[in-house]
Amino acid sequence: MPLLIEQALNGVQLGFMLFLLAAGLTLIFGIMGVINLAQGSLYMIGAYATAAVAAKTGSFLLAAPAGLAAAALAGMSMEYLVVRRLYARDHLDQVLATFGLILFFNQLTTILFGRQPLFVEIPPFLNGSVPIVEGLRYPVYRLAIIAVGLATAIALYVLIARTRLGMLIRAGATNRDMVRALGVDIRLLYTVLFGVGAMLAGLAGVMAGPILSVQVGMGEQVLILTFVVVVIGGVGSIRGAFVGALVVGVVDTLLRAVLPGLLRQLMSSGSEADALASGLSAMGVYMLMAIVLLIRPKGLLPAHG
Amino acid sequence: MADPSNKPARPLLSSVRRRLLVALLLVGLVVLPYLASLAGQPALVSLATRIVILAIAAASLNLALGYGGLISFGHAAWYGVGAYVVGVLYRHFVTGDLLFGLPLGTDQLLITLPAAILVSGLFAAGFGALSLRTSGVQFIMITLAFAQMIFFFFVALKAYGGDDGLIVRRRNALPFVDTRDSATFYWVSLFFAVAWFAFMGRVVRSRFGKVLAGVRQSERRMAAIGVPTYRYKLAAFVISGMGAGLAGALMANHARFVSPDMLHWTQSGEFMIMVILGGAGTLLGPALGAAVLIGLETQLAAWTEHWQVILGPLLVLMILFTRGGLSGLLGLLRGGGR
Repeated sequence: MPLLIEQALNGVQLGFMLFLLAAGLTLIFGIMGVINLAQGSLYMIGAYATAAVAAKTGSFLLAAPAGLAAAALAGMSMEYLVVRRLYARDHLDQVLATFGLILFFNQLTTILFGRQPLFVEIPPFLNGSVPIVEGLRYPVYRLAIIAVGLATAIALYVLIARTRLGMLIRAGATNRDMVRALGVDIRLLYTVLFGVGAMLAGLAGVMAGPILSVQVGMGEQVLILTFVVVVIGGVGSIRGAFVGALVVGVVDTLLRAVLPGLLRQLMSSGSEADALASGLSAMGVYMLMAIVLLIRPKGLLPAHG
Repeated sequence: MADPSNKPARPLLSSVRRRLLVALLLVGLVVLPYLASLAGQPALVSLATRIVILAIAAASLNLALGYGGLISFGHAAWYGVGAYVVGVLYRHFVTGDLLFGLPLGTDQLLITLPAAILVSGLFAAGFGALSLRTSGVQFIMITLAFAQMIFFFFVALKAYGGDDGLIVRRRNALPFVDTRDSATFYWVSLFFAVAWFAFMGRVVRSRFGKVLAGVRQSERRMAAIGVPTYRYKLAAFVISGMGAGLAGALMANHARFVSPDMLHWTQSGEFMIMVILGGAGTLLGPALGAAVLIGLETQLAAWTEHWQVILGPLLVLMILFTRGGLSGLLGLLRGGGR
């Protein structure tokens, strides 16, 4: 039982990381109509910047803002130079142009940092573990990820539903030209919004550093999982992204934890059972997506209604 | 207005000159191995074989993407499945083990190719039926996600090499022909490529192709006049998957190696780029796109190990400033602008 709780918590933690990425992706899509494959690259940039600064200064407290700033800066220049020209284009052009950006960022990162994965140490004040239930101590760092994810979700809600900037963002999504006619610099607004989405991805990258290895290609792995989240939750809906991310995170983690033992009981050969289990658990969330699609083609919580 | 494929392709040449050009191109392709050996560049034959095979995959994606408007980001899955059919059948041929309880192993190209086309078509039918419940940006994400799932399936398939892939020690055999000779295998691939392009040409000009183009332009209108659009889209998707399977099977023979890398999502992206580069919704565009992209990659790779850092921005510039791929670029250079 403690094992199951631990894995469920790990799932929630993965879910919050996915939420940060999915929220950025779905925000940008829902409001600007752009599908940004390079969201995964921004995540990678956040992680690498954190790793680099942490290695130089030895301080996570300096490294984390650096990661956020790097991702936001990269995101805003990406918007200014490339994405801005894609708003009026179809999704195919957006996909291909941002695919080109991924190739560029991945290779540039390889040139700058090499192919060896980097590791970031868990900051000392978040090191250690706390007892959750009897017989289970859970790492503080992972709890911190959950807390930060939750705080970000609330902040995002407040930003969009309760502030003037959020009102402009919602208005811009409904009728871009009308907002502009009322004297709002919609281009600047979009750049800022893209920066917010980039920062969300960067935040996920910053937090991923100490628990995952920081390497080229980390962005795309998580990007495709993020797509699953967005499809399950409903494209363009932040609430959907929240629900979808938690579902995907928990299902993925639990399958990986439970399936090998289950199959080993059913099958005679242990190694074959392990191979099958790893395959099935890797495919699990995609099957979940297929099932959701069969029942609700627009996702669990589609935007606008 | 945002969809470049809605524009009718401006005929650059008259029909007679176009036919002449195609005939010339064909002759050039057929004699290419001789020219390569004359020029002392035998490696060109292998490069040309790759281009010819990838052109088949790009042309099949073009049916779904260019003519049908279905932006599939998972084309490499069907390509990889086709390749694995060759690899698995060859493995069983060598070991003599039963497959599904039957002695199915074979190394005969005339059996493995149809088998690859069939299996890829079945995969595409299953996943296409699900994916086509969505449209637009969801369809892009879903095809990518399902392709990733199939990728993980082959990674986990330890019985057939898993991550390491499968080696096909000897190319599949054809009666009367020595496929182990690289020039011969080039001609074999060229034959299948020409056959596939001819088939694509017929499909596009058929009633089916016209309906498909109608669905791309306005699905609601086609539905309103009583066309079961879902079935047409699914059929296009399945044919597209079959072509990719054929290409994958040929590539497995050419490279004599199959691995999950063939299903990697970047491969799907490259197929899309080939289609767009050459001009989506044109018959020979994908072949041109395949040739240019592979040629460019080879050239850049010879120049620097980090060629993607150049290719990426090139792609971005191409998408931003030329509409309709290379023909758009030609138009731009002629001063025509957009």
